[in-house]
Amino acid sequence: MRKEYYRKAKVPVRKKGFVSNLGDKLHAYLDIHAHAFFSSLGRLVRAPFSSIMTIAVMSIAIALSAGFYLFVANIQQLTDSFEDSNHMSVFLKEQVSDQAGAKLAETLRSYGNIKDTKLISRSQALTEFREYSGFGAAIDALDKNPLPAVIQVMPSSESMTQQQLEQLRHTLSQLPEVDQVQLDLEWVKRLQSMLALAERGVTLLSTIFGIGVLFITGNTIRLELHNRREEVIIAKLVGATDRFISRPFLYTGFWLGLLSGITAWLIVTMMMMVLQTPVDELSKLYDGLFNVLYLGFIEVMALFGISTLLGVSGAWLVLVYQLRQLNPE
Amino acid sequence: MLKFDHVCKRYPEAGDVLTDVTFHLKPGEFAFLTGHSGAGKSTLLKLIALMERCNRGNVLLDGQNLNKAKNRHIPYIRRKLGLIFQDFKLLNDRTVFDNVALPLVIAGHGHQEISRRVRASLDKVGLLGKEKKYPLTLSGGEQQRVGIARAVVNKPPLILADEPTGNLDPELSAEIMKLFEDFQQVGVTILIATHDIPLVKKMGHRVLKLDHGRLVAS
Ligand SMILES: Nc1ncnc2c1ncn2[C@@H]1O[C@H](COP(=O)(O)OP(=O)(O)OP(=O)(O)O)[C@@H](O)[C@H]1O
Ligand SMILES: [Mg+2]
Repeated sequence: MRKEYYRKAKVPVRKKGFVSNLGDKLHAYLDIHAHAFFSSLGRLVRAPFSSIMTIAVMSIAIALSAGFYLFVANIQQLTDSFEDSNHMSVFLKEQVSDQAGAKLAETLRSYGNIKDTKLISRSQALTEFREYSGFGAAIDALDKNPLPAVIQVMPSSESMTQQQLEQLRHTLSQLPEVDQVQLDLEWVKRLQSMLALAERGVTLLSTIFGIGVLFITGNTIRLELHNRREEVIIAKLVGATDRFISRPFLYTGFWLGLLSGITAWLIVTMMMMVLQTPVDELSKLYDGLFNVLYLGFIEVMALFGISTLLGVSGAWLVLVYQLRQLNPE
Repeated sequence: MLKFDHVCKRYPEAGDVLTDVTFHLKPGEFAFLTGHSGAGKSTLLKLIALMERCNRGNVLLDGQNLNKAKNRHIPYIRRKLGLIFQDFKLLNDRTVFDNVALPLVIAGHGHQEISRRVRASLDKVGLLGKEKKYPLTLSGGEQQRVGIARAVVNKPPLILADEPTGNLDPELSAEIMKLFEDFQQVGVTILIATHDIPLVKKMGHRVLKLDHGRLVAS
């Protein structure tokens, strides 16, 4: 009777015990993770030479991809600043007067396939040239203005085909006042299509280097697993699951990936800093047209994320395969 | 507790190692497994720990048919066993405490629980106070007792020992055997493979004798 009562009274106590036991287990689980997290880092630190070698190789591979990406992005912004790459320069014959030039500009503006025109008279051209070219003194030495007047023509549509542009150019060059017509930024067009190719190149290169990084981590983990064979087998004998055994190795992959990502970022940033001064000099000449682009916050985070992911995946692939083979005999 | 039912084990290289082995160990029983070298003692123990699988017959542990156990269940089955080896199989770069704690860490116990049980276990084998030592600084007998502490720390219902005294002198061997008897006292089932016939005779427990893979006495 008393015993029954005692048992009943114990129910809530047991419930509490259950909850705190669960808390204890959760705590233990987090402990195991924290331990694997730090001990795997500790292992890397305790074998500094091999860790540095591995991380160096991995980070160079990652830095090459990131560097190429950044290079393309920098050129990209350069061409972006020359929008409207289908502008044309219509050079007028020397004997055409400023008034006639202005009249022609007006006429051209009324063409259906021309959006706008702008006349740069011979004297304006001279002023601009003096200002930007750095050859002002040379020009002053001449007794006559050698520069022709130019009408800048902006075609009505951004998306005119090469053929339509060519046709417009031909029409304009037939006008009596016109000396020659030049498609302004044809080279930008070419550069842009080259950049599109380079972007593909970045993707391809990153994929290849990514696979490389995967293999490097995989191989490092394989060696580590081999070195700790005994330990793995003993853990298996006392009831460790593959998941338990994998954990510290996955964290090793995590650290290798993350540290390589950070190192790669430092390498790329340093490269850009080396380039900063000459680019600034160059930029000054071109009216501050371009800036050195560095990796942005999101890009840096993506870089770290991807390298870490590669590290963990490389470790995981090896573990899935090797742990099955590694059995106590 | 443990049941062998017409068990056969064949290695492709060595032919039949165990032939038609049948026996039953009741909970709390203490048995020796003897036989000449190469008789199949270690192989029999490996079948229980699922380090090998039998070709024919059934091995039942606590009513569970080990033949049918999936690979991912093996760790959980091993947690019901306390395994003890002739070469101790200790982690030499870890302290005694960490070695004994390993099964508890694996099973996901909390800090305090681990600390308490490791101490209790070390106390049982007479090694309390040596938690911080490393295995290689201990004598053979002490190392084996660390192995035993690790095997019992999880309170397994069945202890399997493969020549646990193979490397020890008679006096130490007797001490170790005494320890196993203590565990039997609290209800643990014990199966020990050994060559040490005089000791087996002296202790007077049940003997399973293998001869070329056949059980000739039980
Ligand atoms: N993994 C294996 N592959 C092939 N043959 C094996 C394997 N393990 C054991 N054997 C063979 O099985 C037989 C029994 O070996 P086992 O280790 O079970 O004997 P034992 O009774 O434990 O001997 P000992 O007393 O020397 O330890 C031996 O002939 C051995 O060569
Ligand atoms: Mg043997």
